Amino acid sequence: MVHAYRMALAAGLLVAGACSHSAHAGQAAGPTAEVIHWWTSGGESAAVKEIAQAYRAAGGIWVDSAIAGGDQARAVTINRIVGGNPPTAAQFNTSKQFLDAIENGMLNNVDALAARQGWDKALPEAIVNVIKVKGHYYALPLSIHMQTWIWYSQAAFKKAGIAKEPATVDELFAALDKLKAAGIVPLAHGGQSWQETILFSSMLSSVGGKQLYLSVLRDRDQRAIHSDAFKKVLLAYKRLQSYVDAGAPGRNWNDATAMLISGKAGVQIMGDWAKGEFSNAKMAAGTQYGCIPGLGPDAPYLIQGDVFVFPKTSNPSVLKAQELLGNVAVAPATQLAFNRLKGSIPPRSDIDASTLDLCAQKGVQIMKDKARVVGVTEVYLTPDQNGALQDVLTAFWNTRMPVETAQKNIAAALRD
Amino acid sequence: MTAMRPRYRLRSVTPFAALLPMALTVIVAYVGAALWTLKVSFTSSRTFASDNFVGLAQYERLFANERWMLSLHNLAVYGLLFVLACMLIGFLLAVFIDQNVTGEGVLRTIFLYPYAMSFMATGLVWQWLLTPGNGLEQALQQLGFRDVQLDWIIDQNMAIYTIVIATVWQASGLVMAILLAGLRGIDPEIWKAARLDGIPKWRVYLSIVVPMLGATLSTVFLLLAVAVVKLFDAVVAMTQGGPGTASEVPAKFIMDHLFLRSNIGLASAAAVVLLVPVLALLAPYIYARSRAKGRA
Repeated sequence: MVHAYRMALAAGLLVAGACSHSAHAGQAAGPTAEVIHWWTSGGESAAVKEIAQAYRAAGGIWVDSAIAGGDQARAVTINRIVGGNPPTAAQFNTSKQFLDAIENGMLNNVDALAARQGWDKALPEAIVNVIKVKGHYYALPLSIHMQTWIWYSQAAFKKAGIAKEPATVDELFAALDKLKAAGIVPLAHGGQSWQETILFSSMLSSVGGKQLYLSVLRDRDQRAIHSDAFKKVLLAYKRLQSYVDAGAPGRNWNDATAMLISGKAGVQIMGDWAKGEFSNAKMAAGTQYGCIPGLGPDAPYLIQGDVFVFPKTSNPSVLKAQELLGNVAVAPATQLAFNRLKGSIPPRSDIDASTLDLCAQKGVQIMKDKARVVGVTEVYLTPDQNGALQDVLTAFWNTRMPVETAQKNIAAALRD
Repeated sequence: MTAMRPRYRLRSVTPFAALLPMALTVIVAYVGAALWTLKVSFTSSRTFASDNFVGLAQYERLFANERWMLSLHNLAVYGLLFVLACMLIGFLLAVFIDQNVTGEGVLRTIFLYPYAMSFMATGLVWQWLLTPGNGLEQALQQLGFRDVQLDWIIDQNMAIYTIVIATVWQASGLVMAILLAGLRGIDPEIWKAARLDGIPKWRVYLSIVVPMLGATLSTVFLLLAVAVVKLFDAVVAMTQGGPGTASEVPAKFIMDHLFLRSNIGLASAAAVVLLVPVLALLAPYIYARSRAKGRA
């Protein structure tokens, strides 16, 4: 126990309350934290083990409630909060998923932690806007994912005679044309509505630019949605569909990534979690596959991520567990270990990221330019609006819906 | 006489006591939950139920929603085909087995077997069978039919029919079992009389046996109709409502809005709308039953 205590101290984890606890942990059980999360895939469960380890090292008892599937896990969390038996902490996405819980006074705030760590300055605005409500912080950010990476297979590019990584939208379409001519599936895509939304977000940010992106998604500006610039975005999105193979509908994202790995397809637009598939296949970033964070030198960088929320309680032992878990989870060592295994990057800009992989480092570099960072659709829209938008996008992608109808339907979906 | 009275009373109380748990479950869990849903459907509830009443706003939103309208349309197409196909196939199978074929036990088991599988498993199996480049298409092509193309499951206009196929495959065995029991209950004297009169067999089935199976057929119809309204798992397993929104159904719309989209107000409105056809189906059935009882 003394050893664990020292290690924890060395990692800079401990505050006074937690300190006395871990010293006693030998005799009495430490604070018990039950955590609901949906990190169940290989890389994810290895990542959450890092947090669990650190929490145990700080003297606590970690009770793991992993529930497969985000929707399912969130439903369990909400039901348990309503039922009066909440977990100590629960995972949510950095989004408006937990806004209703905040407004109904069901979460404890983490203001003390936020003040000590200077979150106002250290965190990107897109994240602060979601986790800070009426001046209080209600969630602890753990990771930042970038949703619209453009992944490509070096082998496929070589075969199609593409010498240079596409840097603009036009170059991307030119590369897709060349891949098509070479008999390779140009765009690996899984025909599920959330994946279509990713393609749309990619086009909205790189064809439309940051200003249009924010007016459509953040301000839900009806004029912007009806504008010609937005029509161009929708047409570019629809154009991507002509580069997809017939078997795409219903395909899972990792099966689409596998098409890149086997060289059957050239390009996939997907979040950085796809990296796990490449590293499982023993492929090296930079030489066997490439990652493009966006098209153009100041293309917006679309972030999302995971947070912990702490359901409201007045039970002192649970409060203690929440405090200890909070301190453990924001420690630089924990954040680095967690994000390395998960393929994401740490939310705090003051963490040394030189040990992360090549693509993550590109991301960390871009994150330093705060003007480029925006959130994904879920950061600005309620789950309901986001779902309605997805319905329109997937219908537009799959049917012969005229672009004007799509504009009208998107306007209606985002109106209320 | 006075000594008999308490025992008599006890006897009349016992059945009510035995029924009480079930009655409570029905009243609290079913009727109570339905009323609660009705109430929530008039509020602006999102993740949590609220008391902010907004009148019929959720219903207006619901019927302005393209996906919901498409779901209703799909449900109508699916329901019609599913019920008809199940009853027809189930009836033919029952008649076939009723001919005292050899190996009746084995055949009955085979026909009923799919019903032992969940809709989820059925959906997955059929998804594999119908995936282009895989399953059935590949098998047919290897058999020499090179031009065969089976891409219904990824076709906008055909996806809903693949769900009909999979669920009919699953449910017609049950229809067969129920109808077979009905057929076995037909008095053999009727068959003897018909044979004496020289009436062809198919005619006996159509004109005498089917009308006599009325009660059984209405039970089967009710079971199938309920299965139609609650269709959910097979769609999730096979197409996830896709491609696009082509095979969306109302139950999936409700589940999505209940959990994924945190809009229980709209989800409740949809659930109430879905309850209406169920009641419309049930009411004549219950009415007919009570009339039949009155006559007896």
